[in-house]
Amino acid sequence: MGAPLEAPLTAQQAQEAQKALRATGVTIREATSDDAVGGVSPRWVALPENTGEVAALMRVSAAHDLAVVPVGDGTKLGWGNPPERCDLLIDTCCLLLGDGTAVEHSSGDLVTRVGAGLPLNVLNATLSRSRQELALDTPLGAGTVGGTLATAVAGPRRFRYGTARDLLIGITVVLADGTIATSGGNVVKNVAGYDLGKLFTGSYGTLGVITEATFRLHPIPADRRWVTVDLPAGGPGSAGSPARDGLDALDALVAELAASQAEPSAVELEWPDITGEATVCALVEGVAADVRAEAVRTSMDEYGSARITAEAPAWWSVPPGEEVLLELRVPPAAACPALRAVAARGLPARVRGSVASAVLLAALPGDVGEAEFSGFVTGVRDDLRRLGGALTVLAVPSALARGIDRWGPSGALPLMRRVKERFDPGRRMSPGRFAGGI
Amino acid sequence: MSTKTLDEPARRFEELLGPGSVITDPVRLRTYECDGLTHHRVTPGVVVLPESTEQVAAVVRICNEYDLPFVARGAGTGLSGGALPRADGVLVVTSKMRRILSVDLPNRRATVEPGVTNLAITEAVRDLGRYYAPDPSSQQVCTIGGNVAENSGGAHCLKYGFTVNHVVGLEIVTPDGDIVELSDTDPGYDLLGAFIGSEGTLGIATKVVVRLSRLPEAVTTLLAAFEDIERGGQAVSAIIGGGIVPAAIEMMDALAVEAAEAAVACAYPEGAGAVLIVELDGPAEEVAHQFGEVTRLCRESGAFEIRVADDPAERAAIWRGRKSAFAAVGRISPAYIVQDGVVPRTALGGVLASIDALSREYGIRVANVFHAGDGNLHPLVLFDDAEPGAEERAEIVSGRILDLCIEHGGSITGEHGVGVDKSRYMPKMFSDDDLNTMQLVRCAFDPRGLSNPGKIFPTPRLCGEVPGVRKGAHPLVESGQAEHF
Repeated sequence: MGAPLEAPLTAQQAQEAQKALRATGVTIREATSDDAVGGVSPRWVALPENTGEVAALMRVSAAHDLAVVPVGDGTKLGWGNPPERCDLLIDTCCLLLGDGTAVEHSSGDLVTRVGAGLPLNVLNATLSRSRQELALDTPLGAGTVGGTLATAVAGPRRFRYGTARDLLIGITVVLADGTIATSGGNVVKNVAGYDLGKLFTGSYGTLGVITEATFRLHPIPADRRWVTVDLPAGGPGSAGSPARDGLDALDALVAELAASQAEPSAVELEWPDITGEATVCALVEGVAADVRAEAVRTSMDEYGSARITAEAPAWWSVPPGEEVLLELRVPPAAACPALRAVAARGLPARVRGSVASAVLLAALPGDVGEAEFSGFVTGVRDDLRRLGGALTVLAVPSALARGIDRWGPSGALPLMRRVKERFDPGRRMSPGRFAGGI
Repeated sequence: MSTKTLDEPARRFEELLGPGSVITDPVRLRTYECDGLTHHRVTPGVVVLPESTEQVAAVVRICNEYDLPFVARGAGTGLSGGALPRADGVLVVTSKMRRILSVDLPNRRATVEPGVTNLAITEAVRDLGRYYAPDPSSQQVCTIGGNVAENSGGAHCLKYGFTVNHVVGLEIVTPDGDIVELSDTDPGYDLLGAFIGSEGTLGIATKVVVRLSRLPEAVTTLLAAFEDIERGGQAVSAIIGGGIVPAAIEMMDALAVEAAEAAVACAYPEGAGAVLIVELDGPAEEVAHQFGEVTRLCRESGAFEIRVADDPAERAAIWRGRKSAFAAVGRISPAYIVQDGVVPRTALGGVLASIDALSREYGIRVANVFHAGDGNLHPLVLFDDAEPGAEERAEIVSGRILDLCIEHGGSITGEHGVGVDKSRYMPKMFSDDDLNTMQLVRCAFDPRGLSNPGKIFPTPRLCGEVPGVRKGAHPLVESGQAEHF
């Protein structure tokens, strides 16, 4: 943060860089305003078709000091800080595996290796033919393998299956200097060497370009049921009041569901209005889902009138908003205190998310005032830190972003900076996009 | 480095920790000369037994002052020499840091010191309906700090994952001596994930926050006996192919069964060429259904006897033979090497046939015990150390098994780690660029190379050089004058 913006390339430097980029043989086009990343327009967009082509682009970028931002579907491109500079956008849409295929699927091993540009939906459609799936939800309805890894987004089923970092077993990346590196492999159980996959998952393109990934898969569950209950009006309640309010009820119900022997795969909250009703929905998957759903309904009936459906509610695995979107993470038992912290700020927040995992998304209206927003971020962040958690601003219009630290503090930032310096000493990979201005 | 150079730091350690927590007596030092991989032995320069994070940090800072390498050690059960000491350095033993600091049921976690044993966590919370899921075979003695270093698994990791999937926070002492907290809620890089499994090369874990899982509603364990390993393998394929993810699927071949029988009289079915243990757990309805499926699939694959355990005593009887297998081969062989490799599960049949061929070629018996569900082999390579040349042949067979794993797209280690034992195999599995990139992480955490040097990587990377990746092989390697050992 606060690093001075680098001087743009001179016309001659740009001409030389462009010539070198074209000499790689990779498809290069001039960028348009549609290609801007957080308002920063690149000069060129490259469409490499394999890892080797990405390496060629990165070597040219290193030689010509070009700043590079990788992009997949672009569904989360507005998340994170705008880059300090961006000369080349590497569009991973067309990245294939070395043999020219998009998916390598070893169904007997429950493993798949894919090019990073592959949309997750397309991958799961392919895998479903073998009744297998990558147990990662796509909360934005779209998104590529690479983008999902780079931003570490996950959906409701994180409660059972974990997130991308837990399902990733191998990764191929290209570093800022063009080095191609692989870690992990094609087998689920493997402790040989450092796990670069963990490091790159959630790194927002600041360490290199993810070009291939290998995942462990799961069988598609035999059956699925969603069990939903509406809880009475929430609200913060008055301090010190012994009366149970909606949040107390929510707290008790979520604890019960998280410990339930029916083993729900997900427990989600939908809370459209902080003064109104909250809805809790649990997903039960697998054998005897119907019987187990009944057990969940029995628990929920203590709190309201629960219903079982064979389809997810419309809001399931959909973010509560797009324009102003924040992520709240706390230890599991602090989910309700975190909601109280949001409610106490008095802004019309809509909260949704994985309440049993205590990872929640909050959306605010796009016309929220700058000062109010800033106060909200600072205040809720302080509260969450006291609860052992953190607040991250995912999406925010540029007008509101001024003076906001989207990422918030971390005690490990000095170590993170040292990692960044080793991987990208020239600060050319998505510079400034990440925590602490990394 | 002569011991004289250690005199002054040893005095500093005594001032810091008290004389009872610093070992310099040569006889006592030898207690720590190896971990579970006993054929690598180095007497440590000095041993320290700190009792707190602050003491660990102070020890590490003193190591920095004197440029001394340091190695952390828990119970010393590791099987790859990851805790092999340095004669010119300091062994930091965590055996005095064994407090369970908190059990936080609402948050489904416990915070423990690194010297706490894996099983002690489960014992502390079992009555509350919780347990700590990773269960390495050595769980009665191995420590959670060692589990973090090795990213330990266990028989049940097929369904539940490894240490890295169950640790939500760490307090570490960095190789510089700083105390840093890593949490899964923090923004930024997943340093928690990078640290776990780094075999002590990125610092020392001083507090571990583990996730506590709910005990499953139902557990059923089934033992199926087959005439041969092929039929057992077919059963495994059929189970996995049928969309079932058991908590564990373990297989033992005839020689391993014979050894277990001799050691613990586990009374496995007579005449079994292979024994398969399948454990199912979860909601009662699910387990009941899957049990029916697994039984059917085993019978269809040719199981001639199936036993079922529904209560803890029966379950323990079934597991006894499997859990004793490593030690049991001592009953049928004077000496043995425990190997740890992974192949894609679908390659198991071919790889086992190749191991059999190797065994005959070298006249070396190999007993096979493996986590069949995830292709993690533990061949026990048996030899008579009194017979000239036998150990060398056993070493060759053991190494060739790893080559087979690599050829089939697997890994040189599924859970025992690289340590000193397998660093020379790393270049067979990874390119120089891969290894150099991993070493960038090492250099970020430990630019001076003091934290457990000589482990994992076949050649150390000099971190002081201008950052950026070195290209090409070392000139001596390229010219054939040196190899990566």
